[in-house]
Amino acid sequence: MSNVTQQGPSHDRLIQGLASDLRPVHPLPPASKRAVIWLGFVVVAGLVLSLIADLSAFMNRLMMSPDMWLAMLGSALTAVLAAIAAFKLSLPDSPRIWAVLPLPAVLLWVFASGLGCLRDYVLPGTHVAPMGETMECLAIIVALSVPFSLLMFAMLREAFPLLPGLTASVAGLAVAAASATLLNLFHPLDAAVVDLLVHAIAVALVIVVSRLIGRRIFASTNFSKAP
Amino acid sequence: MLATADAMTFSPYSGAVSRGMLVSPGMTRPRRRMATAEPMQPTADDVRRSALMAAAQAGDKIAYETLLRDCVPLIRAIARRQGVSPGHVDDVVQEVLLTIHRARQTYDPARSFTAWLRVIAERRAVDLLRQTGRRGARELHAQIAFENYADESADPAGGLQHADDAGRVSQALASLPPRQREAVQYLVLNEQSLAEASASTRRSKGSLKVNLHRALKALRGTMEREG
Repeated sequence: MSNVTQQGPSHDRLIQGLASDLRPVHPLPPASKRAVIWLGFVVVAGLVLSLIADLSAFMNRLMMSPDMWLAMLGSALTAVLAAIAAFKLSLPDSPRIWAVLPLPAVLLWVFASGLGCLRDYVLPGTHVAPMGETMECLAIIVALSVPFSLLMFAMLREAFPLLPGLTASVAGLAVAAASATLLNLFHPLDAAVVDLLVHAIAVALVIVVSRLIGRRIFASTNFSKAP
Repeated sequence: MLATADAMTFSPYSGAVSRGMLVSPGMTRPRRRMATAEPMQPTADDVRRSALMAAAQAGDKIAYETLLRDCVPLIRAIARRQGVSPGHVDDVVQEVLLTIHRARQTYDPARSFTAWLRVIAERRAVDLLRQTGRRGARELHAQIAFENYADESADPAGGLQHADDAGRVSQALASLPPRQREAVQYLVLNEQSLAEASASTRRSKGSLKVNLHRALKALRGTMEREG
């Protein structure tokens, strides 16, 4: 039989090759379920970290400043919604509108963190973190991001994202938000603009690095280069 | 409504597309709808394809091959509708078939296979348009420059000379005794090793070497005489 029809090649050889390569697969669990598994890992990490954190100081900080628990709520919600969005986006047929799912939580996070800047005026004498402490925060966010990213990307690879850059960026947001949430366990009460800037830089760094790594990891999903 | 529009404009089996113009890469593309996997009205074909894909996920190679063949005209029609030029449509078909294979675990058998395939095919078509658009922007088609500048290394008489030389060698080879011709045939023209030529001709290696030596000497003499 001729391999070429009037409309072009019939792709017989490719189809036969793919069929001979066929192995049974289990359909992936829903994106929300996979997000719950990843978030479960974050919660377990949080519980382990709480064993070495000063919980009474943590509770005291939350009681003293409502903007802190609002910011923590914002970052935690961002982590949850961004994780769901990332797992949704990792499916090849998923609409890119899922990328805006974490947006309301991000706005809450940014708004509450901005409120923190005003706290110094509301509560004069508030502890303002020196630069060394601020850099420590950056290090904690980046360090926590490593295991969270590893698990996230390993799970995302099980799917087949056709929007690799967007998927990786939203995954990076989930990772950064989860790390920033857990950072509150160790974070001293501070309100300096520079501290917030360092947080923003740390989050942006995690997102950018995730995007770069994600594009590389998902490179196999890109359109094959024509010879 | 999306499903109605698709039903009106797209017939997977005839490959007829009544909407969307065909344009070359780099030209303005028709406006794209946002890629979503919104379920269309399930047709008998769609139900059958979904069942075939579910069987393929379980490892049924025959169902998988049938499904992939069934997908080809569908993918072609979608690629054409996206504005892919006829010369590149089969590149999209190939990429989509590979994507189906590698992403088959992400298909949820409870959902429409045709909708799943449609989004993947649209995304792959857009990937190709971007890729060919980028290549078109980098490369310059300078038809006039090509015609105005002569190739200085061109040697129009070289081809004739080469053909003439080849004819003289063939004649000289034909005038050799059979054993010498045989040695040249196997050791030089067929590029066989001594051992292989010895096995092919059932002559000893020594005999082959002697005959080749004599043949080359005779050929050199003939060519020099004809000068």
